[in-house]
Amino acid sequence: MAQKETNRVMKIDASGVSYRELNARLRDMTSNGTSKIELRNVYGQRYIGTDLGKPVNIEVFGTPGNDLGAFMDGPRITVHGNAQDGCGNTMNEGEIIVHGHAGDILGLSARGGRIFVRDDVGYRAGIHMKEYGNKKPVVVIGGTAQDFPGEYMAGGILILLGLNLTEEERHKAKFIGTGMHGGVIYLRGIIEDYQLGKEVGVAELEEKDYQILQKFVGEFAAHFGYKAKGILKHNFIKLFPRWLRPYGRLFAY
Amino acid sequence: MRDIGQVNNPYHDDKVIDACSLFGVMDTSGGRFSGEGIIRAIANMHVRGNGLGGGFAIYGLYPKYADFYALHVMYLSREGQREVEAFLKDRFDLAYAEEVPTRLTSGIIQPPAVWRYFLGVGRHKPEEQSEDNYVADRVMEINTRLGDAFVFSSGKDMAVFKGMGYPEEIAAYFCLEQYQGYLWTAHGRFPTNTPGWWGGAHPFGLLDWTVVHNGEISSYGINRRYLEQFGYRCTLQTDTEVVAYAVDLLVRKHGLPIEIAARVLAPPFWNDIERCPPGEQKLLRTLRQVYGSLLLNGPFTVIIAHHGEMIGLTDRVRLRPLTVGVKGDMLYLSSEESAIRLICPDLDRAWIPMGGEPIVGRLGTSPQPQPVTIGEEVTSDAN
Repeated sequence: MAQKETNRVMKIDASGVSYRELNARLRDMTSNGTSKIELRNVYGQRYIGTDLGKPVNIEVFGTPGNDLGAFMDGPRITVHGNAQDGCGNTMNEGEIIVHGHAGDILGLSARGGRIFVRDDVGYRAGIHMKEYGNKKPVVVIGGTAQDFPGEYMAGGILILLGLNLTEEERHKAKFIGTGMHGGVIYLRGIIEDYQLGKEVGVAELEEKDYQILQKFVGEFAAHFGYKAKGILKHNFIKLFPRWLRPYGRLFAY
Repeated sequence: MRDIGQVNNPYHDDKVIDACSLFGVMDTSGGRFSGEGIIRAIANMHVRGNGLGGGFAIYGLYPKYADFYALHVMYLSREGQREVEAFLKDRFDLAYAEEVPTRLTSGIIQPPAVWRYFLGVGRHKPEEQSEDNYVADRVMEINTRLGDAFVFSSGKDMAVFKGMGYPEEIAAYFCLEQYQGYLWTAHGRFPTNTPGWWGGAHPFGLLDWTVVHNGEISSYGINRRYLEQFGYRCTLQTDTEVVAYAVDLLVRKHGLPIEIAARVLAPPFWNDIERCPPGEQKLLRTLRQVYGSLLLNGPFTVIIAHHGEMIGLTDRVRLRPLTVGVKGDMLYLSSEESAIRLICPDLDRAWIPMGGEPIVGRLGTSPQPQPVTIGEEVTSDAN
């Protein structure tokens, strides 16, 4: 594994390096106080950034493998390319910024931190995200999502911008918020009722919702070089869980 | 099939990353290329499998014998081989036969003998039967009646190579880097509820149809009973086998286009059908009514291939992954995008199709990126 140090920026050529070795290397480097790590030639190594508890910047060039940033606790990972499945799995703190698309189950079971995806995402984005006290995960998706976004969502904020849809084009996802029992989804653009899960209600945005959008759409726009004002002038709807325990009576006997 | 050498995990590893790996690559202009790329690509997804099965299907493989059925047979005993060879001699014209070349490869344990036979049907078939049906029936006959042998590849100008081991080990064992084809599929196996053994590795095939599969077909029993009514016999102890026979029935025997066959295997939900225009509604209802027993239930991604076509398909709620890549005339299908990028870093386009949406590559048709996509450039209304 080639590496050299330049102004505390460490570079790793990940060609042919196994995921275990790569993540062990990242752990070593962050414990030595490195502030920035560049990973080149990444082809599918899993769990990049897992278990790291330091505020280090990790730049990924290539295609990181599944469960990028799983259990991560503080770093910022920037992906120059697309992310695969399970990005941000059970993440606790930190930031993942994807300059491309992401696969299925983005941010599953996340309990904190932020994920920004420039383009579309696959199935079940934000599945079973949760929140407690001041820990509140935020996922912002620039494109549209495939089915079941916000499935079984228990907390956190999921923002779906649909920037690649035309004015008349509906979002693609069906079963939005199926089983949702906490948190909130903000959706920009058009959807039909049949696209919504049975467990969500639709509401107009209030002032505090606009403040939330201002903040996180602002961050999203800054990451990808967009203008937040242009994004925010379009109509948003707010989806909320209608019940705290949607299946409470289903399994009780 | 009797006395199959069922082998449980010989590696005694305790890995729990459970998934299979799939990869397919096709030059839609028909150019033939070596297996070097796909071997690297499938090896890049090593952690998805556990060494209990790997395999490849190659099309455009035997131009010299393109008019003959290439039967590939695994033998578990000498007697099995004698019996099958006597059977083949009696029922086909034999153009050429040889043991499939192999090399000593670490990780390949107790391989069966693998032979290939290039066969003509000639005068042997009854007049009213097609050559394909004659060959398919003989394959079923060998696999159900003769012991210690099974046919795992039976198409023209194509073949399956498979066995126990990681796919890159199987590729090394069968010297696959030396072959050329215009369409390749590959599989790394992580068996879940059927045993890992040589015959249970993917791809599964009948005639020139092959299937590689990630997931499990919960509807196996229903599908199998339905297919048995048409003479198919499931002998390989793996759910994937029904997919190969289902596409053979739907496309070869019943003449349905592959896009329609995909709607049988992964039909839209009833409430989606209700929102379709009347004509399409009628078609989709009819398909669900006529072919209800061929609906594949459970999580799956499959790559189906035959001469001239490669099809990627997932279940309707996409419980297993599939990524598509396009570069000029080349179409790539993979469980993970990283494996495609490894062998083609400058793709024109990579996207993830919707669950149940078939991705079809055809000879002579440049692959068209689908309008419904992931990864579309963000348009100007961002400003």
